[in-house]
Order: sequence, then structure tokens, then C-alpha cells
Amino acid sequence: MTACLDISNLSATLSNGQRVLRSVSLSVEPGEVRALVGESGAGKSMIGKAVLGVLPPSVKIVEGSIRLEGADLGALSAKERRRVIGAKTALIPQDPLTALNPSRRVGPQMTDRLVHILGWAADRADKRVRQLLDEVHIREPDRVMRAYPHELSGGMRQRVLIAAAFAAEPRLIVADEPTTALDVTVQKQILRLIAQLQKEHGTAILFVTHDLGVVAKISQKVTVLYAGKVVEEADTAALFADPQHAYTRALMAATPKYTDPLASLMPVDEAVLAGLAAEIAIADHDWRPSLDRKSGHG
Amino acid sequence: MAEPLFKVSGLKVALPDMTRKPLVGRAPLVEILKGLDFELPRRSVTGIVGESGSGKSTLGRALVRLIEPSAGSVSFDGRDITHLPDVELRPLRRNLQMIFQDPMSSLNPRRTIGAIIAAPLKQNGLGDNIGARVAEALKRVGLPEHFAKRYRHELSGGQRQRVGIARALALSPDFVLADEIVSGLDVSTQAQILTLLEKLADEMGLTVAFISHDLSVIRRLCRQVIVMRNGEIVEQGPTDALFADPKHAYTRDLIAAIPLPEIDGDWLKAG
Amino acid sequence: MADARALPRRRFDARLVLAGGWLLVALLAAIFAPLIAPQDPLAQDLLFERLPPFWMQGAEPGFWLGTDSLGRDLLSRIIYGGRVAFIVAFAAAFAACIVGSTLGLIAGYFGGWADRIISRIVDIWMAFPPVLFAILLVAVFGTGLSSVIIAIAVIDWTRFCRVIRAEAMGQSRMDYVENARIAGFGRFRIMLSEVLPNVLPSIVALLSLEMGIAVIVEAILSFVNLSISTDDPTWGGIIAEGRLSIHQAWWVLVFPLITLFLTVLSFSQFGEGLKARFDPVLR
Repeated sequence: MTACLDISNLSATLSNGQRVLRSVSLSVEPGEVRALVGESGAGKSMIGKAVLGVLPPSVKIVEGSIRLEGADLGALSAKERRRVIGAKTALIPQDPLTALNPSRRVGPQMTDRLVHILGWAADRADKRVRQLLDEVHIREPDRVMRAYPHELSGGMRQRVLIAAAFAAEPRLIVADEPTTALDVTVQKQILRLIAQLQKEHGTAILFVTHDLGVVAKISQKVTVLYAGKVVEEADTAALFADPQHAYTRALMAATPKYTDPLASLMPVDEAVLAGLAAEIAIADHDWRPSLDRKSGHG
Repeated sequence: MAEPLFKVSGLKVALPDMTRKPLVGRAPLVEILKGLDFELPRRSVTGIVGESGSGKSTLGRALVRLIEPSAGSVSFDGRDITHLPDVELRPLRRNLQMIFQDPMSSLNPRRTIGAIIAAPLKQNGLGDNIGARVAEALKRVGLPEHFAKRYRHELSGGQRQRVGIARALALSPDFVLADEIVSGLDVSTQAQILTLLEKLADEMGLTVAFISHDLSVIRRLCRQVIVMRNGEIVEQGPTDALFADPKHAYTRDLIAAIPLPEIDGDWLKAG
Repeated sequence: MADARALPRRRFDARLVLAGGWLLVALLAAIFAPLIAPQDPLAQDLLFERLPPFWMQGAEPGFWLGTDSLGRDLLSRIIYGGRVAFIVAFAAAFAACIVGSTLGLIAGYFGGWADRIISRIVDIWMAFPPVLFAILLVAVFGTGLSSVIIAIAVIDWTRFCRVIRAEAMGQSRMDYVENARIAGFGRFRIMLSEVLPNVLPSIVALLSLEMGIAVIVEAILSFVNLSISTDDPTWGGIIAEGRLSIHQAWWVLVFPLITLFLTVLSFSQFGEGLKARFDPVLR
């Protein structure tokens, strides 16, 4: 079976040569949720952006490949790449307010992609979006589609964006911290909704988050990142049962737990950070970007 | 049992709603806090938890009198400060300090860290030997002395928040309001900042109001909790008791919605 | 991820250097006009009327940019005209800046009634067509250097007021302003020590831009003969005269125009460059 997403040996640098991704390899099988977890600067959002082909211009992929259902994005022309990414992927963004254009009604923003990118007829797109709004438990699709983004609550906006992401039946959804801006009770509803739609539609999800609690609840597989490097990769259940890397253990100990207050909120040990720094120094020392890659991708 | 540091009764705050302001005339008032009664015991950390729009930040600002309440009373250390004018508040300010959510916004970009910490000291008559006092304040939060010469943009997020703490504690206040002070930080940094605050509060005998949306953090840090929703207090009491046996359905929902970092297949289905 | 602190600061800013260089040269020339002007700017000599610039047939040594229809040396007139231009630029821009920035700061920081009153005045003020307003003012105060300065300041303080109000408003929402209250500072002191330094780069940039605008307004007023006495050379005045003899002596129009253009452009670029340089914060 071909993986839905297969990233192999991916390295990226800033324009000043500083490495931001360090030979990252990971794959997402069809219908599976893989969490990408790490702290700020870990490069987790960067990987999501690379998959969607929206890396900032200052970041250059210098090595490795990204395959969407077998298609090597680096080997495609820019136009082809956009078409493949557009047809196979979708994004659930972090901030539901800035992800919607404040001066346009919600409905047209949801059908835009179906009509203009995928070439659907307007009434088919409209019908599809209504169906999805129903699936995310929005009971008044007419009112919501006619509304402007600011007229909806944060949770409502995030539901709209989830509906829009699933509407085109993508093979892979990149969810970039989709619940970080939400209250906990709303977060739970949204997580439940994503899990439910994911199961029903059989969509694979690359779920970017900083929250180990969210990882535990939503994913089947998990990749832990630090400074652009994969630190640990495992089945989610295995990771929480028996974390292998000292950094993973430190992250778990730092995460607050109301059930066990005295064993949580432990500051990360200096020795762990020193160990990570050494790992990265070694990786960078031996690293030469392979030159077989066409420049300009990403 | 000593007198509580804060006694609040019937506290109401109403603010003008500019989005509904008519073309002519005053904006209609919206009641943000709808009559709160509580006390903050001395030398202890009280958590104030709630979701966005619960009024927890407004409550904090009313405690340190950045906002004037519209009704009810706030008494601090036995003195009614509900409607004290700015000028009479000033001498009390050194005992009513605050640590902000976003240290990026709470540190003036044009001043050195040293100047930022020194300003409230000088204003409150502690301007002598200022270099040593600033160094002392920095040392207390685990920052080296030479950071006094740096600017905000030269610091990491965690270091900035340490400066925020150093500034608030430099005056050795009786009371500190901590408003979502770790919500922008990574978990590892968050753990450092919170253990630092925990240690300092204990050492200096501070009374702290700790505003947060995160009940897990409050569980660890606070001796008692106030749960807020829509401008009202839903439930309050000792932290242990509240977690062991939450009385109000909303409190139970809040606790149940926290995703614990452990495998639990039923969590998403329940509730 | 991208660490702003690691970005190196540019040492050499071509925009700042070129614009500042031109302004410095023009300013020094204006200050030391009696020493460096090759001729008396008012000396008429009908033998030397409409001499072309130095590289053309029929030019006379000592009259580098040629002469006008009364035989006055163009270069000397432009240099002397710079005196009026710079006096007006500095005086009018500073006056507009002080009035406008103060009111803008108060409106933006204090808000409420102060803001409502100041903003209404600005709105009404800006509804007057500015050049007509200036002409009206000069007509009332009479012509002369001080009238021109007053007219420009009276018209243009609103520009400062609006921009500084918006900036001060943004700054006032910052937590460090709130913290200054917690530290026990008075409101007025906070406005000066916390808000003002953060809007200063904008004030500086606007001030420089306003100097350029003042030079233009002065030139317009001279052009329509409402500035200072016609004897003293002004750039607008020279341009107005040059317009009459454009077919016989184009240089009388073109050289003061180029000078005016370069000066105004330099003021605005210098201001923008200063703003970028002035800001210790690498946003």
C-alpha cells in the first residue's frame, strides 16, 4: 500500500544557511492520524507548510522528498505541484478568525475551492457544503453561510473551517494547531468532530500540535520533534506507555496534570537539553546536502 | 485565622460597549461582572479560572484598580479601595502589583531591562542604590546581572516573563496579580516560570491571584480556586475539595474537557 | 523560528546618506549664501540677460547656470532662494509638529472627551481646501515670511494630529502603559515617559516629510505671489518668472524645479530612513 504522505530525509535551510529541518522522515498511512508534536522552533508547522507547498520564501528545501500518494512533489513542475496539492490536501488552520476573510460572507468562502480549483458546478458545491455543515452539527446552514466571519463564535468558525476542509474529500488534511486558540470545552467538541469526520471519510491527518494531551486523544501515530529533528517516533499508545527518548520523557513531566499535580510541571533537566544540543551538533557536523535535487522547490 | 487581604462583596463592573454605540449619545453599558463575593486569604495563591468571556481578566483589573467597579466594594488590607481616586491609590500601588500575560507587550521596547525594573522602585522612594536593587531583583528570578543592559527584543520568551516577575516583585508587594502569565509559553518554559513563581510566593509570603484558563496548572499551584463563567462565580473553595468533588456541572465539564496526556479511548466519546 | 535578534543591522543606508547629503549641501549653501554665491542675486545687468548655462554656446564665465530675463545670476538666486525655503521648512514644520503632535498625543492617550473634541476640530479643519486656506490666511496677515510660516503651520498641524493620535492609541493599549499605572505613575507622566518615546520615530519621519511639504507650499505661495516680497529670490518666485520666458530661457524654469524636486524628495526619504534607523526595536 502506498503511503498517503511520505516524507523522506527532508532538510530545509534559511537563506543564511541555518538548518531548520534536519533530515526529517515520516509517513502517514491512508486513514490514519499522525501527530507532529514539539515546542516552538521545533519545525512542526514548517513540515505542514512544506507538504502544502506554502513555505515562506526564506526557507529552502535542500534535500529529501515529499510524496503525496506516490507523486514526488519535488519532481513536478510548479503548476503540476499546485494541482496535485490542491486536489489531494486541505488545511485546518490554527486561527479561525484570520483564516477567513472578514469582508466576505462565509458561504462563498467555503465553496470557492470546489468551484474555482476543482471546477465543480456552483449548485453541486453548495449542496456539498450544506451536507458538510450538517456533519459538523451546524443546524442553520443558511444563516451561517450568509454570515460574515465576525458574526460567528470562535468554535463556530472552526467548525466552518473543518467543514470546508472535508468538503473536497481530500486524501490528507494538515491540521495546524487547530484547537490552540479555543477554550477547553470548545476544544473537546472540535477534537471530537475532527475524529468523527476523519473516521467517516477515511481521511489521513497530519495533526500539528504542541499539546501532548491532544496528541494522546486524537492520534494513532506520533512524531516528536526538537529543533527540526525527529527525536522519537512511535505508535501513540506505545509512546505514552514507554517513552524512549529523554526529551519525550521530559516533555511529559513538564505537562501539567490535574490528576497528579506533584509529578507534573517539572522543568526540563539541563542535561536533557545538553544531550539534544549534542545530538544536533553531531547530525549537522556529518551533514552535506545531497546535490541531486532540483533547486527552487518549495 | 488572619484577616483576608482582599474582601470583595457584590462587585459589579460595567463597561461601555463601543460596538453598539449609537451615532449620538453614550454607548450602552454591558455588565462584565455581575456581583461577585469572595475573599483572598493572605499568603496564599488563589486560582481564578474561566473560559474566554468569563470576566476573569476584568476581575483581576478591578482588584488592582485599573478599572473602577460600578457597584459593590473591594477592600484591600482593611481599606476600602473601591472608588479611591488615582492620587490616593498611588501610595498603595507598591502593594498591588501585576504580572502580565504577554511580556512582549508589558515591557517597553525603548527601555533597558534595568530601567524597566528601576522605574517603579524610584517612583516609590527606593531610588537609592538602584543598581544593587535591580541586580537583586534579577538574581531573584534567576537572571544574570548583565541582563539589566539588554532590551526586550534581545530576550527569549521565558526570560521576558522572568523580567515581568522581577519587576512586579522588586517592590516586595503584599499582593500580585498574575494574569495568564504562561499562556504564550512552551510547556518546558511554562514549568520553569510556574515553579519560580511558586517558590517566590512561598519565600516572600505573597498573596497571589492567579488567573488562568488551565485547571491543571491551577491544581498544582493554588490553594483555593474561584471558577467563573459569564461574569459570575460558579463555584469556589479549596482546590483539593473542588477537584475531589466538584459541585457545579460547569466545573465538572471544565475538568472533563482537559485532555490528559494519557491514552483514554473513551475520552472523546464522553461528555 | 527565524530569530529577529540574529539579523544584522545594516550599517550603510544609501537612502539616508544620499538624501541627507543633498539636504546638508543645500542647507550649507543657503546658510553661507553670501560667501559662496558667485554673484549678487539681485544685481540686474541687461547686457547679460538670458545667458545660457555654462555648457552651451554663448555662456559667460561666472554665470554657471545662466541668467534670467533681467540678467540676474540663476545659481546665486537659487542659493539665496534656499534660505527662504529652509527657514520656512524648519519653522513651519516644527510649529505644525509641536501643535499637532501634542494634541494627537493627548487625544490618543487620554481618549474620551479630549479625543472627541480634538478629533472633531481636526475633521472640520481638514474640510477646508488647504491652498485656498493658506491664501486666505496670507491675505489676512499680509505677505511676509512669518505669515507664510503661520499659514503652513495652521494648515498642516492636522496631519501630525491624526497620525500621532492613532499611534498613541495603539501604544496606550500596551501592557507596559498599564504597568506604569500599577507602579504608581501619574497619567501625564506616563504619556511622556512611556507613550511619547514609542511614537517619536513617527514624529521624526512626519516632521521631515512636513519640511518637504512646507517647501512646496512656500513655492506655491511664491508662485502666486503671496509669499514674501518679490525682491528676495524664492524658488517658487523664480519658477513663476521662468514660466514667462520658457521659450527663450528654459533653464530659468528647469533648474529651480530640479532643486525643489530634489529637496522635497530628500526630506521625505531622509525622514523614512531616520525612522527605520531611530527604532531600536527590530520588529
